[in-house]
Amino acid sequence: MRRNVQIELTVNGEAAEASFAPYKTMLEVLREDLALTGTKHGCELGECGACAVLIDGEPKLSCLVLAVECAGKSVDTVEGLASGAELHPLQAAFADLGAAQCGYCTPGILMTAKALLEKEPQPSRERIKEAISGNLCRCTGYQQIFEAIEEAARRMSDESAR
Amino acid sequence: MKVLGKPRRRVDGRAKVTGQTRFADDIVLPRMLHMRLLRSPHPHALIENINDEKAKAYPGVHLVLTGKDFPVTFGILPVSQDEYPLAPEHVRYVGDPVAAVVAKDEQTATEALDLISIKYRSLKTISSPEEALANPEPRIHAYSELGNIHRLQAFEFGDVEDAFKRSDLVFEDLFFYEGNTHLPIEQHAAVAAVDGEGKLTLWSSTQVPHYVHRALARVLQLSPAGIRVIATPNGGGFGGKTDICNHEMVVAKAAMLLGRPVKVCLNREEVFYLHRGRHPVLMKFRTGVTKDGRLAGMHLQTLVDGGGYGGYGAASTFYTGALQTTTYELPRYKFEAARVFTNKPPCGPKRGHGTPQPRFGQEIQLDRIAEQLGMDPAELRLKNILKPNSLTANWLKVGSIGLAECIRQVVERSDWNNRFRKMPAGRGLGLACGAYLCGAGLPIYWNKMPQSGVQLLVDRSGQVTAFCGATEIGQGSDDVLAAIVAEVLGIDPFDVRCVTGDTGMTPVDLGSYSSRVTVMMGNAAIDAANKIRLQIAEAAAEQLEVSPERLSFANGKVFFESKEMTFAQAAGLAEEKFGTLGAVGSYKPPRAPGRYKGAGVGPSPAYSYTACVVEAEVDPATGWVTVPKIWIAHDIGRTINPVLARGQVEGSVYMGLSEALMEEQVFRRLPPKLSGALVHKIPSLLEYKSLTSLDMPEVDTVLVEDPDPNCPFGAKEAGQGPLLPVMPAVANAIYDAVGVRIDELPITPDKVLRALEKKSKGEPARVGPEHFPAVPYPEPLVVPPPWEGGDGNAVPGAQRLKAKAA
Amino acid sequence: MMRLPWFEYRAPKTLAEAARILAGEGPDAMLIAGGTDLLPNMKRRQMAPKVLVSLSSISELKRNGSVYGAGLTLTQIVNSDAPRALRQAAHQVATVHLRNMGTLGGNLCLDTRCNYYNQNYEWRKAIDFCLKKDGEVCWVATASKRCVAASSTDCAPALIALAARVKLVSSESEREILLEDFYNNDGIDYLKRRPDEILTQISVPPVAGSCYWKLRRRGAFDFPVLGVAAAMTGEGVRIALGAVASRPFLVEKANAFLKGKRLTDEVIDEAAKLVASRAKPMDNADLDLYWRKDVAAEFARYALRELRGDDMRETRLRIARQPL
Repeated sequence: MRRNVQIELTVNGEAAEASFAPYKTMLEVLREDLALTGTKHGCELGECGACAVLIDGEPKLSCLVLAVECAGKSVDTVEGLASGAELHPLQAAFADLGAAQCGYCTPGILMTAKALLEKEPQPSRERIKEAISGNLCRCTGYQQIFEAIEEAARRMSDESAR
Repeated sequence: MKVLGKPRRRVDGRAKVTGQTRFADDIVLPRMLHMRLLRSPHPHALIENINDEKAKAYPGVHLVLTGKDFPVTFGILPVSQDEYPLAPEHVRYVGDPVAAVVAKDEQTATEALDLISIKYRSLKTISSPEEALANPEPRIHAYSELGNIHRLQAFEFGDVEDAFKRSDLVFEDLFFYEGNTHLPIEQHAAVAAVDGEGKLTLWSSTQVPHYVHRALARVLQLSPAGIRVIATPNGGGFGGKTDICNHEMVVAKAAMLLGRPVKVCLNREEVFYLHRGRHPVLMKFRTGVTKDGRLAGMHLQTLVDGGGYGGYGAASTFYTGALQTTTYELPRYKFEAARVFTNKPPCGPKRGHGTPQPRFGQEIQLDRIAEQLGMDPAELRLKNILKPNSLTANWLKVGSIGLAECIRQVVERSDWNNRFRKMPAGRGLGLACGAYLCGAGLPIYWNKMPQSGVQLLVDRSGQVTAFCGATEIGQGSDDVLAAIVAEVLGIDPFDVRCVTGDTGMTPVDLGSYSSRVTVMMGNAAIDAANKIRLQIAEAAAEQLEVSPERLSFANGKVFFESKEMTFAQAAGLAEEKFGTLGAVGSYKPPRAPGRYKGAGVGPSPAYSYTACVVEAEVDPATGWVTVPKIWIAHDIGRTINPVLARGQVEGSVYMGLSEALMEEQVFRRLPPKLSGALVHKIPSLLEYKSLTSLDMPEVDTVLVEDPDPNCPFGAKEAGQGPLLPVMPAVANAIYDAVGVRIDELPITPDKVLRALEKKSKGEPARVGPEHFPAVPYPEPLVVPPPWEGGDGNAVPGAQRLKAKAA
Repeated sequence: MMRLPWFEYRAPKTLAEAARILAGEGPDAMLIAGGTDLLPNMKRRQMAPKVLVSLSSISELKRNGSVYGAGLTLTQIVNSDAPRALRQAAHQVATVHLRNMGTLGGNLCLDTRCNYYNQNYEWRKAIDFCLKKDGEVCWVATASKRCVAASSTDCAPALIALAARVKLVSSESEREILLEDFYNNDGIDYLKRRPDEILTQISVPPVAGSCYWKLRRRGAFDFPVLGVAAAMTGEGVRIALGAVASRPFLVEKANAFLKGKRLTDEVIDEAAKLVASRAKPMDNADLDLYWRKDVAAEFARYALRELRGDDMRETRLRIARQPL
């Protein structure tokens, strides 16, 4: 029988419910059932990183996570990154420093970088390169992305020093 | 300058970092259905029969379309209207669309595709230019010029053989540039819907909404007034979304028939089939030089592998030769080209459109020339740089040239003079240069109308809305539009609202290709903004009791000395005086001096220039190439937003390095005794290799500003030119490191190791093409270069000999 | 968008329950742990199990200590106190995200890979499929009766060099075997796991030193096209190879040669040649086939020199693009 499954989960800090065909990945449920189209897709096979979201705080590829396995879990997407109207320091730095050109790989990289900075507030350039090496970007050549993550780390540490 | 030249967040930056930028596949409409295309599994075949009854009857399926539903062809160039939305009888590559299913969801549509049965009759396949030359039959297209040769082109600008006779040395080299593809992370998507008035709207990830609009009207046989094409922001384009796509035509037809919105989003494999990427090109360069390092003449032959359809191919083929003259003084030039059809996805324009391939050959050959003459490669290039504001042998008018400064910058910053030819074994530096168009001089279809238009709306609140057909593909065209309008009107770019890429709402702009947007849209924007500014100045001047021409516009104010008012106040006064405020501006490039047939490809309002130094390390045991650093200097004319300009340059370096080291769109033919298959080898993001953040070296970027009078505030392009020198600079650096020449791309470690093995055996230390096949190039069109008389026209046949003698 | 086919999803809470479901459903059921290998294969319709039995709710599979639960993620392995070869291998699998998802057990059971097989349904249809799935011919070696898809696991060669053992549990029995005995040199039937068995844990005896060298094109994403693992164990040096056959394997000849010998440059060179002679890559993966064979000896040298204690940091940075 082709029946939907139903789950409860936390999305961007809010309780959510979703009912969907069991073959759907978290990517499909986010985009198609929860109307959160900020999470992108470039291959749906785990080969580009565009669909990266945080699941229980860890960056994972939503295209290869069964949505049914996210029952009871917490999923964070780019839509939940800003606090109200105020951009997250990563978002502000990405916008200011040219880290988003076409902006398509950006949500995946922002979420991946967020997890990095939560673990390592002052990562070296090498650590940043490694942390986002699972996110392909065709526009920037990555350099402005590295710089934006460094700038966000600086802004965040200035803020917490205050 | 209050706005231009200052580093600044792009106007659409906030949307991009919050996930609010709405790409085509993010559009969801009530009652929307989903479409998938069935593609040919055969590389070359005739369709004998299609049975789609089962698919039509499958639960959840709303519509099945096949070739018979589309009697009219399309094509981006008027000379190659050779594609059907769905092939009715002849399929030309694996992936050629043959049917479409529209269903309640994508899963159902996919399941139904497998229920369509098609009987094919296989035809002999053509996999390479050599095979295309050897097999005029079966014809892939009936309209090709000769057998399976799609196009033949030949030009002679002065007698090159004579130039070679007078040269001290003549260099002859073969190069091969493998095909590769754009690989935007966003897969092409489109949504079509019929609005309340029965009119069609198509949202599509296209770089060229205007051309899609025209093609839809033709293919669907509808009035253009009933069609609106909206280019959604592209998640990367690089030329991959500049052609008209089958799925755009088919999804539009489906929406018209069903009266419901229909979405299609290609999967990654399909994007590789849509392709339109870099043509594989085999090249033969013969170049004569004098002992003191002056170029005397060049004869370039190219053989271009076009794939299954025309697309932009005729233009791409011209571009393999048109810009060879724009960088260095070249008194005489002969160019012969052929593009063939093969049973592979059609090639087209990718970043640099047709010019990276010959640039690769030319800049490596220059390196050889420098070595042979005992000159420094930077010195040789500096000595030959074209003079600003001059004409080239093929009658291109070149304006500002900041190349000398670019070369000086990269030479100094890389410590070239102390390191080139002096580094320890296994490490080396390579230099190369490039030049590129700032917009093609002629539109794709012949007309005398503007190539870009901008409309401005200003009201008493001080808000400014700018309308333009230009398409935001990530390059920052909205930011350029806002910045230029803001600069002229003295306001903040964030106070300009951009409405772009919408054929129903915005004046025509031909699209985001050929690096045309900054120059053409920018000039149109200045034109429109100046008209508004005059009105506002006149109204404000009355109030402030000064003469209008003394007024300045800056920081949101209109002022002269201490007399001032806000821009909004001034706009209100102008509205009072002139009525509702609005202005249009437009731009058409200057007429190019060339008059010969074929002179339409190459002219541009201006040319950008780039120099690049690459450092390479080569492991002699494995041939593994590591690039630790790249220096690049780009003559951008004037920088509009340095943050974005740097991003364009570094993105070009990235893509160039990725092409140099790994990217290739290659095919596999199965053993012919067992199978007729001819398939893309690796249509996936995993196996089509592109650089990750761990593979990308540090890039040192310098923006050189040599303003060009044809450009808005002097601003030239930055999105394509900086890619050009990267690939040859990598090859030249490898030569400096280990003394081997890799004359084909990509430069993979196996090729380097093979060349090193040859070197150790005392054989020529080179890997590259060994042979250039006999191509039936036609008699060239003879056009004397400007300095040999003539008026830019071809010499008629009878006078040819005389011209040669002279 | 690429989508999964329809399936029934089961999520047992205990190992016993999982084993029971597996035994009950028979070959129509497949196990899913991290999903990073299985789900792409399902999206490409390389497999379409009717039932997916998820292992992710089973806490018994997440032991971390003297034995490693098969359900530990690769990231957890990287951050564990596992021997260096295993951490290096785990760290070079795919990408950060995929290592947060993929498990050690999943990597050991990774489906064999081939450029003719890891393709969408439509592509495979265009070549009339292949021996591994739905077809008659192995397009890599058309005369071959055997599928030559390549073992592409990074962790297996590392763990084989480390003399690791794996535990297999079914509803009826459990057994522990040496990892090197877990694989068949057959691209289709590449595991000695019975369909009703679950790989539960991996135990690794202590070693004096170990390392893993991976050849791939890029610093991330790519599967190995050659993996060389070496470990200094009580019985001597153990070298294992990955990605050059349908299974990872111990290079017995080289290990025998190295027995009792000091790792001098000459000994390393000789051993490296023996290792390379066993590397038989096929033209079904990335990079030039002959080149991959050419550089096998050099990679074996890297491994043995690192095992000897040479400072290989610069080479490792060049090859692996990261320092671990």
